[in-house]
Amino acid sequence: MKLHLNNTLGAAMLAIGALTTASSAGAESVLRVAMTAGDIPVTIGQPDQGFEGYRFVGYNLYDGLVLWDLSQGDTAADIKPGLATSWEIDATDSKRWIVDLRQGVKWHDGCDFTAEDVAWNFDRISNEDAPQFNVKQFAAIRNRTGIIDSVEVLDTHRVAFNTTQVDALFPYQLSYWFMVSRCRLEELGNDYEAYAMAPSGTGPYMFDTLVPQERLELVKNPDYWDPDRVPAHDRLVLLPMPEATTRAAALLSGQVDFIEAPSPDTIPRLESAGMQIVTAPYPHNWSYQLNFVDGNFASKEVRQAANFAINREDVKALLGGYMLEGYTNIPPSTPYHGTPDIKYEYNPERAAELLEAAGCVPCEITLAISTSGSGQMQPLPMNELVKSQLDAVGFETNLEVMDWNALLDVARPGRENSPEIDGINISRALQDPFSALIRHVYSAQHGPKGSNWGHYTNPEVDALIEEIYAEFDPDVQLEKLTELHEMMVEEAVMLWIAHDVNPRALAPNVTGFVQAQSWFQDLTPIVVE
Amino acid sequence: MTAYIIRRILYAIPISLGVSMVCFALVYIAPGDPLQTILPEDASAETIEMVKKAYGFDKPLPVQYFVWLGKVMTGDFGLSIATGRSVADEVLKALLNTMLLAGGAVIVAFTLAFALGATAGYFAGSLIDRIVTGIAVIGVSVPNYWLGIVLVIIFSVELNVLPATGMGARGSVEFNIFRWDDFKFVIMPIITLSMIPIGIIARTTRSAVAEVLNLDFVETLRAKGLRESAVFLHVVRNAMPQVLAVMGLQFGYLMGGSILVETIFTWPGTGFLLNKAILTRDLPVLQGTILILAMIFVATNLVVDLLQTAVDPRLKRG
Repeated sequence: MKLHLNNTLGAAMLAIGALTTASSAGAESVLRVAMTAGDIPVTIGQPDQGFEGYRFVGYNLYDGLVLWDLSQGDTAADIKPGLATSWEIDATDSKRWIVDLRQGVKWHDGCDFTAEDVAWNFDRISNEDAPQFNVKQFAAIRNRTGIIDSVEVLDTHRVAFNTTQVDALFPYQLSYWFMVSRCRLEELGNDYEAYAMAPSGTGPYMFDTLVPQERLELVKNPDYWDPDRVPAHDRLVLLPMPEATTRAAALLSGQVDFIEAPSPDTIPRLESAGMQIVTAPYPHNWSYQLNFVDGNFASKEVRQAANFAINREDVKALLGGYMLEGYTNIPPSTPYHGTPDIKYEYNPERAAELLEAAGCVPCEITLAISTSGSGQMQPLPMNELVKSQLDAVGFETNLEVMDWNALLDVARPGRENSPEIDGINISRALQDPFSALIRHVYSAQHGPKGSNWGHYTNPEVDALIEEIYAEFDPDVQLEKLTELHEMMVEEAVMLWIAHDVNPRALAPNVTGFVQAQSWFQDLTPIVVE
Repeated sequence: MTAYIIRRILYAIPISLGVSMVCFALVYIAPGDPLQTILPEDASAETIEMVKKAYGFDKPLPVQYFVWLGKVMTGDFGLSIATGRSVADEVLKALLNTMLLAGGAVIVAFTLAFALGATAGYFAGSLIDRIVTGIAVIGVSVPNYWLGIVLVIIFSVELNVLPATGMGARGSVEFNIFRWDDFKFVIMPIITLSMIPIGIIARTTRSAVAEVLNLDFVETLRAKGLRESAVFLHVVRNAMPQVLAVMGLQFGYLMGGSILVETIFTWPGTGFLLNKAILTRDLPVLQGTILILAMIFVATNLVVDLLQTAVDPRLKRG
């Protein structure tokens, strides 16, 4: 750590921050994090508050059978063994996965983790008659676990998952499912309100205190099963702070050590005060999903014209440089990005020609956008800029502005409920191959059943997706995923603008954080000096 | 007087019912689905239907209203969709936190504004009057969220003498306003919250005092040889009904919490709770909070009416 002692303000803040820490937590090493969430994510297993809930509560209190390797930031994060040490498809049945479980793992309450716990956790999110069933938890994870038909306990540390269809990507879905302690929930009479205030997992942090709306305090689990991930600090304090200015002020005044998503205009001020700004591309895109049935985007030429019309350098300048240009559906560092034949670099002449060829001049489009929302970056100025660039080549763009929740209401039922909308500006998490590619273009995912809002339909794409689902050789699977992404780019299945780089700001006394290329992050190596 | 009080309380019942109906309907009129927060973005139609049924959103709206009203009458405001916690507990805790801020703002704003306004009114047209009027105009014109941010920049970021956010170093559970380390957390929110009431009440008090000062009875008092301080007291007392009405409204607004101020200072009060509930369409929390705040408003108006009647018996109706 290098202190800029010539910066008196930074030094004063550091001193006061250190004093505050010392006075509030004694000799403990405390990491205080300001989240963008408006409340503490729920602690009963599957968190709410989107992937921020997964990031700060889910993967800290709990483990999944499969986890994400967040130890490096050079390449996109991939899955790794968690409470499962290995998994393989049954050689005689491609709808049956055999999973070996980690031995010697204890829940925070002291009970042993066994195969029975996995079966009990499956009932918790699937069996309405089970006493541990919780409808909210069912809803939160159903899109990942709906494919599981049954869980068989083979021995104390071995289970089999029988699925309703062949899915070679199934281990990715297991990475979102958190295991909660049967011992603790039963001890509390299956009362989830009580359990929320005394949760028990197997994660690297243990629950300490929760003040709703205000703070969640977790403490180090010194006996965590992965010795490399035993937290390097004693206590983790999570504070909801939805207002970006407040988060920046809290960091500058030494009230917190780590803030999520500082707004680009505050970053120079934070840097001048000695704060560390960390960024990394991650599986996120800021784009428009298009309506392939009702309006002008049914034409591939029009979709390509829109992509050629965008000067992404201007958008990047608007964000102070804190984005990657979005020419494709996934950031280039993703293993299945490939080398698409077409690159949508700014080319207004080509865009105008394509519109002319499609006979769409002026080309009227309506885009539904939100004023704010999860992953939406700076939606209003970004959309205004996109509109001006589209209109400059021959589009007539109408922006229909609504709040985030209303936009989700447009997105969920699919285009049939809003045929007048030609595109929706919803940022998507692209954490795994299904989320990144398949759900946007597979005809089986047409809204309202899935995320293919605009009802993209292409038999060639469907056939390729079915091959991917049936391909258990990782190398061949990767080739097919790459081919799928390249097809999606050629087909211009979205209007791509940006990939967020997810800036975070850390106090000068915080070291050891490596920002992974993921929605999830590992806080355990952080040292607070 | 007793009959009057009973009549006013009885009037409050249909008002309360009307308020409950309006607040129930309003949250449904807004676009957005309350289940969005608990359903993944690609939840299937089957999952959505099951969750709707579990939360009772599959029933017709009038049925939902009467079910909700029936429970509310017994003090059961339901559970938050987002957190699963009791709405009554959530609102009560938030209300206590807001009352702490509102109480501080009431003390600061009412005393300061009344003193300033009465002085300005008594010396209408003088330099003091112009200064007070200027302060009042600033108070009502400066957006309080802007003032909050400016105060944070000056006192937290630059001078580092006051905390920027939160309610105490360990949260509201261990908050003790009589401890300096905790008291520091309320200073900026109270100042921010006080500015608008200071402006409004000072202006009202000034005009009321100036108006009463021109009435004939004041001349009579002076002609009878009363000391000027005694005259001033008579003037103030006659101006009070008008001032009390405005104070009552401001008290109600302050008790309702300020979404902007509480969000800027991350103060866990009703404004912060409402902001979160609006963004997540947490209908039980929205309905419960709005209803309780509306009831406080109705009760405040009732108390103000009674106070006005006590101060000026001519206002007693019937």
